[in-house]
Amino acid sequence: MIHKSLKQLSQALAAKEISSVELSTLFLDRIERLNPEINAFVTVDREKTLKMAAAADARIATGSAGPLTGIPIAQKDIFCAEGWRTTCGSKMLANFVAPYDATVIEKMHRDAGMVSLGKTNMDEFAMGSSNETSFFGPVKNPWDRARVPGGSSGGSAAAIAARLAPAATGTDTGGSIRQPAALCNLTGLKPTYGVVSRYGMIAYASSLDQGGPMGASAEDCALLFNTMAGFDPRDSTSLERPAEDYARDLDKPLVGLRIGLPKEFFGEGCDAAVMAAVQDAIAEYRRLGASTVEVSLPNSHLSVPAYYVIAPAEASSNLSRFDGVRYGYRAPDYGNLDDMYMKTRAQGFGDEVKRRIMIGAYVLSHGYYDAYYLQAQRIRRLIANDFVAAFESCDVILGPTSPTTAFKLGEKSADPVQMYLSDIYTIAVNLAGLPGMALPCGFAGDLPVGLQLIGNYFDEARLLNVAHRYQQATDWHQRRPEGIE
Amino acid sequence: MSLTTEQVKRIAHLARIEVSESEALTTQGHLNGIFELIEQMQAVDTTGVEPMAHAQDVSQRLRTDVVSETDRRAAYQAVAPETEAGLYLVPKVIE
Repeated sequence: MIHKSLKQLSQALAAKEISSVELSTLFLDRIERLNPEINAFVTVDREKTLKMAAAADARIATGSAGPLTGIPIAQKDIFCAEGWRTTCGSKMLANFVAPYDATVIEKMHRDAGMVSLGKTNMDEFAMGSSNETSFFGPVKNPWDRARVPGGSSGGSAAAIAARLAPAATGTDTGGSIRQPAALCNLTGLKPTYGVVSRYGMIAYASSLDQGGPMGASAEDCALLFNTMAGFDPRDSTSLERPAEDYARDLDKPLVGLRIGLPKEFFGEGCDAAVMAAVQDAIAEYRRLGASTVEVSLPNSHLSVPAYYVIAPAEASSNLSRFDGVRYGYRAPDYGNLDDMYMKTRAQGFGDEVKRRIMIGAYVLSHGYYDAYYLQAQRIRRLIANDFVAAFESCDVILGPTSPTTAFKLGEKSADPVQMYLSDIYTIAVNLAGLPGMALPCGFAGDLPVGLQLIGNYFDEARLLNVAHRYQQATDWHQRRPEGIE
Repeated sequence: MSLTTEQVKRIAHLARIEVSESEALTTQGHLNGIFELIEQMQAVDTTGVEPMAHAQDVSQRLRTDVVSETDRRAAYQAVAPETEAGLYLVPKVIE
């Protein structure tokens, strides 16, 4: 039961082979047993979960169930969920019980009737690529418990890989869905900016942040994405577009598909074993009828530098709200108001968050704004234009998700710059606002390798189709870590 | 470009984050490493390139000026560190 796809779980629930309470209990028991070591969840509340499951069973009994009603899911702890502790991986919010629901939470639970298994661990305020910046401790990769699961949605990734949850949500500002998906042998979708509401999703870099699904397959992601996407008047950057069924094209043949291979993604800087798996995937796509064409993203090497100006600038503004006044942590001892702010923020934030806030404060300060912030925004335009040009000769772009497989806990945590470079293939997609996916494409030794697919704006249905057809022809996504039965 | 310890302290103050001498030194090292990475941008000629602030070229939506939210003050203040009579309490700022 724990390895079934969402579609199979939906069928089992509809056929009354299992109830949502039974299914949820199965996963809660696994969490109780395995989470102390994996540390994928930071908050679990059996009573709340089972109450939601009972309500879902009632919906199923009355015939008012949707396709995902009663299916349990893990929520990244960046989404506010009313009555649930919502920490964003930070001491600052360690005791914050959200007084309202994020739109994503409302859509998945109230509307679709899914059941929340709890809140997953993450890098503090989504700033990290290894889940090591979390106030609640690192998460272990179920494929090798001495290694990181990636980040920032590392708890969500580890939860799915260890089958503590059938699927999860993530958010992706510079690769935070795709990189952990790649490192844990999962499928993840970072949607076009503006398609999934950011209301109630704790903000890191507002012009880049985007929520999306993580699961065992493209089909699972398509079903989840159907419940997550859609216009939301409460998010001023939400896009008004007609509703779509993102699963509609899953089975479409790939004959005639033009795959662009950016030469910058196939040069130096990528592990040979990762590249070998990506090359095998390209060969598989050719067998499926796709053709390949070389494209160029000449400014992609500037994506990491530009990102580390733009994202910190937005973060320094967004995180100014954490001042010990309206919610969250307040330092126990302080003098005047300014001292209260300074001590609260010094004690409440971890080192990486402080670094990014300080970079942001600096690049936005008088005398540096033009040289850093505006220059980064101009480079952002060049990067976005590169994609526009590339999509003139191809339908999707393909490359590696991450230059390496999962690295060891502690291996990169002392050197921020080394950590930042693990997002070298994913960040440009966020800067341009495009949709991107990660999916399993083989192994380097015992560790999974993730393929990345990048689509044109609003081309999620095609990306899911391209990923799904590959998963019909290969079984990488069905491989499981040792000991997870 | 290289930040001095004094600059790091000034930035920390701008960000309202208290730093000790030793933290300022460690932060200085890390920030200088990061700025070395960021400096790669300076080699690019971006004359005439329009800065891109946002992924989608759309303008801000307007809504009609009507009440759309209910009063949830009690729920929102329940999560505050210190409140009294519906107000947030902070150290005295006016003598």
